[in-house]
Amino acid sequence: MWRSLQVTASALVFSAAVGVPVGTWLALTRFRGQRVLNALIYTGMGLPPVVVGLVVYLFLSNSGPLGNLAWLFTIKAMVVAQVIIATPLVVGVTMSSVRAVDPALRVQLRALGATRWQATVAALVEARFGVIVGLVAGFGSIISEVGAVMLVGGNIDGRTRVLTTAVVLETRRGNFDVALALGIILLTLSFAANLIMVMGQGKLAES
Amino acid sequence: MTSAPLYTLRDVRQVYGARTVLDIPALTVQRGEVLAVVGPSGAGKSTLLRLMALLEAPAQGEMLLHLNDERVTAETASIAQRRLLAMVFQRPALLSRNVRANVAYGLRLRGERNGQKRVEAALERVSLTHLANAHPRTLSGGEMQRVAVARALVLEPRVLLLDEPTANLDPYNVRLIESLIREQHTAHETTIILVTHNIFQARRLATRVVLLLEGALIEEGSAEEFFDSPRDPRTAAFLSGEFVY
Amino acid sequence: MTKRRILILFLIFALASLTTLLAACGDKEKPAPTPTKEAATPLPTEEPTPEPAAPARLILATTTSTEDSGLLEYILPDFEAKYNAEVDVIAVGTGQALELGQNGDADVVLVHSRAREDAFVADGYGTARYDVMYNDFILVGPAADPAGIKGMTDAAAAFAQIAESGSTFVSRGDDSGTHSKEKAIWTAAEVTLEGDWYISAGQGMGEVLTMSDEMGAYTLSDRATYVARQATGLKLEILVEGDPILFNPYGVIPVNPEKHPNINAELGQAFADWITSLETQELILSFKLNDQSLFTPDSEAWRAAHSGE
Repeated sequence: MWRSLQVTASALVFSAAVGVPVGTWLALTRFRGQRVLNALIYTGMGLPPVVVGLVVYLFLSNSGPLGNLAWLFTIKAMVVAQVIIATPLVVGVTMSSVRAVDPALRVQLRALGATRWQATVAALVEARFGVIVGLVAGFGSIISEVGAVMLVGGNIDGRTRVLTTAVVLETRRGNFDVALALGIILLTLSFAANLIMVMGQGKLAES
Repeated sequence: MTSAPLYTLRDVRQVYGARTVLDIPALTVQRGEVLAVVGPSGAGKSTLLRLMALLEAPAQGEMLLHLNDERVTAETASIAQRRLLAMVFQRPALLSRNVRANVAYGLRLRGERNGQKRVEAALERVSLTHLANAHPRTLSGGEMQRVAVARALVLEPRVLLLDEPTANLDPYNVRLIESLIREQHTAHETTIILVTHNIFQARRLATRVVLLLEGALIEEGSAEEFFDSPRDPRTAAFLSGEFVY
Repeated sequence: MTKRRILILFLIFALASLTTLLAACGDKEKPAPTPTKEAATPLPTEEPTPEPAAPARLILATTTSTEDSGLLEYILPDFEAKYNAEVDVIAVGTGQALELGQNGDADVVLVHSRAREDAFVADGYGTARYDVMYNDFILVGPAADPAGIKGMTDAAAAFAQIAESGSTFVSRGDDSGTHSKEKAIWTAAEVTLEGDWYISAGQGMGEVLTMSDEMGAYTLSDRATYVARQATGLKLEILVEGDPILFNPYGVIPVNPEKHPNINAELGQAFADWITSLETQELILSFKLNDQSLFTPDSEAWRAAHSGE
């Protein structure tokens, strides 16, 4: 259970660290080929996790280009796969919510003496609700994911077995009651995490 | 009032795409004056103001801002020098935080730790103390514009740039904002550049007036000269409301 | 300030998850003993050759049947204690298990698909194949037995009868060892797999047994998984068993270090030696569920020791 949270939380932190700045940047700049890139990001938001898992596996495999890292069947590989699944979601949602911020705002803040950076941060803060929604969506998509983590993590007992893969195993073993119990834990965990984020959102609204 | 140039413009042209929106051979703004920039819509008034606010640089020519014996342009001004200016726009864009936080924003940017008193004083000046904790989306248009004025005034800027600050506002808010502008000028000797299409407002506030038509500078003079004895026939036409645009 | 408190909370959360991640990553270079199993086994210092080194890691790619039945959990602690090793079990279909070995992502494979195992060794991906044990496949189905095959001894004939009666049959359809065996029997029965009655599930044995149970369908299962599932309320019955074609031998193959130098070949070979040793074979025999041995030992050492019987 803690491993599930640990993997997903780490992946979410990485996704946010990459996705929020990239999404903000994409929202505030214009360049050639941006539409194509947008389409790519939106496609990425719906990447089939198993395909991500397969590609990550092929890269991290001993006969793959990154085999020397020896990351396959470790938590690192699972985090990598989850980051790839969640990042486009975070980028896409951040991008559209920052874009929804009145463009006049940044100009007016600049006219009040904000640096480019400060004005951009302010725009991101304005988009905070959307960004949180993006993080919630990213979290939901990876904590409940099973195909990719099964493939690259290997569902190793005591090492890379997480809630979802344990549910698969127990179902296969016919221990439906155990599987169901694990499923309930997973849901509770997911609910608790979302509750924290949503409460945070409410608190932000009051400030 | 000392007579020293604050802005000097030479052969300034601003171009958006293929369109020349501003073409001013020469213009000087003196320190401490209230300059009204008037003209019909599309005359280039707002463009001129954005140049003066250092938000953009002219495509051609040179606009210098004289600050503490230094002459800076939009490209060379340091952030500290930029922060001597503040601008109010026709349509205020406020942060989705409460009124007090909006007014405090500029001070926070400047790292002012003890700005609370100044913020409260500014709220008092725009008669918004009772709404300090309100969220902007609950405010009327006039209240929002007063928040925008307060967040500029609280910075005690050397130069205050106003872009149609009272357009579409009711008489009460117009009067309130105009009195704030007048007070800021007399009490703090702030240089004020006011863009307006309302010649009556220009007459009430300005010490000097320039008329722009289609990006060109038509007339420039003291308020008295401008309104009582305009040199250019187009100025007279504009003042009498006959100008077709 | 509520906002600041939330920010701090989030940062703590982020930091905590990062440190745990880093700690988990650190495991790799400096493996710490996993708390559960090793706790029960004797400490390294008590062994004849004191080895202060941290446990080595062995990746075993195997079929789901060995893990799902619980056999590995039962026998692996012995190996881990003897060799101061940790075995990471990747339980997948035979096809994927062999693929993992082929890519050098496993050190040793334990599977059951004789023809493919031999091809794997012949292609140089494995050093050698050793007999380990066998269980047998059984044809299971609903008690009602609509195809009337109960008690038949010829599996191919029973398959033909199922096809003829149009009774539902659920196939693994996942290229596993069980699936290979099933296809071989269909070939022997000269049945073309067409029609609504034949369902290719594409899932593991456990899921397929559940599906068959729910649908009142027939399926081919390995005995180990079936017995294990019987304990958790499966209602399917054994209808056909004992045909030599249903013999299901497991082989162990250490992955060839010539193809993938950075695998743990030494420990892989040690694992093959260990699992075929007489001692481990006894252990396999003693693994029982509902008083039935699920796997029958069948290594060379075992056969030599019991040839007189």
